[in-house]
Amino acid sequence: MRLLVCVKRVPLTGGKMVLTADEQALETRHLGFTISPHEECGVEEAVRIAEQHGGEVTVLTLGPPEAEEQVRETLAMGAHRGILLESGPDEWDPQGTSAAILDAIRADEAANGAFDLIVFGNESADSGNFQVGVRVAYALGRPVVTGLKGLSVEDGRARCEQEVAGGRDVYLVALPAVVSVLEGINLPRYPSVPAKLRARQKPIERSAPERPAPRLAKLRLVAPAGHGKQAQILGEGPEAAPAVVEVMRELGVT
Amino acid sequence: MAGVLLLAEHEAGALDELSLQALTLARELAGGETVNALLVGDGGREAAGLLGAYGVASAHVAEDERLAAYAPAAWARCLLDLIERLGPDAVLAAGTNRGNEVLAHVAARLDLPFAANVTELRGGSAGGEAVAAGGIELVRVRWGGSLLEEARLEGAPALLSVAPHALAAASANGAGAPTVEPFSPELEEPDLLVQVAEHVDTVTAGISLAEAKVVVSGGRGVGSADGFAILEELAEQLEAAVGCSRVVTSAGWRPHTDQVGQTGTKVAPDLYIACGISGATQHVAGCKGAKKILAINSDAEAPILASADYAVIGDLTEIVPAITAELRKARSSQ
Repeated sequence: MRLLVCVKRVPLTGGKMVLTADEQALETRHLGFTISPHEECGVEEAVRIAEQHGGEVTVLTLGPPEAEEQVRETLAMGAHRGILLESGPDEWDPQGTSAAILDAIRADEAANGAFDLIVFGNESADSGNFQVGVRVAYALGRPVVTGLKGLSVEDGRARCEQEVAGGRDVYLVALPAVVSVLEGINLPRYPSVPAKLRARQKPIERSAPERPAPRLAKLRLVAPAGHGKQAQILGEGPEAAPAVVEVMRELGVT
Repeated sequence: MAGVLLLAEHEAGALDELSLQALTLARELAGGETVNALLVGDGGREAAGLLGAYGVASAHVAEDERLAAYAPAAWARCLLDLIERLGPDAVLAAGTNRGNEVLAHVAARLDLPFAANVTELRGGSAGGEAVAAGGIELVRVRWGGSLLEEARLEGAPALLSVAPHALAAASANGAGAPTVEPFSPELEEPDLLVQVAEHVDTVTAGISLAEAKVVVSGGRGVGSADGFAILEELAEQLEAAVGCSRVVTSAGWRPHTDQVGQTGTKVAPDLYIACGISGATQHVAGCKGAKKILAINSDAEAPILASADYAVIGDLTEIVPAITAELRKARSSQ
């Protein structure tokens, strides 16, 4: 099987969101970066499918040149090769992102054959647009199922499970198909040191697509109101227990 | 006819509260023009009748037996039929799984931009004028609500979903019953390739995290899977659900279904007790819907204190059992 997973590099935000002076981005000078959580689970899911059925996992990202770090992480998790679309400093809107991914998929499929399964995260941790996977699926003319908490592949079909109120909805779709997954579909592995060393040798292809003018255009970022409460300290240590129970009584929850 | 069109979700005729919230923004965007609604699935006509109180003039009910089970592309087809017929300036849905999914399908088919999880409109112009002027200025959710973005959305019709709980559902004064207009959407084979084939019920034990009145939640500071025993005991006293942070599920101490956060469950209890949770934005995005937050943390400088209403500073392995004991004592003396 040929599997493709699309991932995004996002900052590890920690306890507080600090914006740059121009309000266009998060201040990331003191932050690390990671793979957006749903997509990390997408990589794990694809690697497991390849381990079970045989096949090759390609990981694609649209991001700054430093996103190589996240592609290497996925290669250490068991992906076989990477494609890095270098994006430059400005943010891409969902349509521009989808178009760049689509071009890369078409080029790769022309050279290496069609992907049986293309995996996205349901939404990225930072911009949360909920649409790139669906757009790519339509452009390729393939079925798409989103928000999966369960996925298995057999006999040329994917069994896709969504968590809904009271249970799970199940979809059966023929491959090739596009899916998007949610964190919790699996518990991603921590790569071993030898796996990390092997990942350094795996190939990453690079190109630099041109960013189209955004049609959903970010004007500026804003911190939501209501932040920066000052907690009332009820006490220190176990001696505070009576004060806590008093508060619970006032709230009517005891 | 212009105006706006809203996908109104319902469960067997009972309208979804989040769709009614979305109607508040839809009415603002309509700026006095017609508000149309689409209803799909069994019970659509019953639900349609209730929409007049929220300012809907025409409720279009898609009727086709093939729509009995959810199929995102088929729902999108229903919207596309109405877009063609009504020519709305904007098409909206609630920012639910289905609302966002169906609008993404519509956006992909029409190659139009789509703004997900909008919290408010900016610029004061109603839909028609703004669309004609080249874009609607709006505010939308980023980082699960930890950050907001002011953006300009192009496209005619404008496609947007409304973030859950950003606005209150408000009835519209002087509104009468809507006209109910059943129609048969032009469904094609590919619209039904992805459709719910089966529903599997899951038996949930105990109190559901999303609906619990009290949640006792643990983070890295709990130390281990076994460390949750004292949280379970406190939860039992309070008839509370037990939750946890992402660090805990990543470490495998608790299942992902217990995770509160941007990528887990969003909770809205009367009291949220955060034990040994530092307060990463990813976590706060999931618990900021709580009426009150009590933080139990050894670090008086932890970020969680900036989101909490109350705090106890110290070792949670001493504090949590002390609270449990105090509750037991209070009960036995009653």
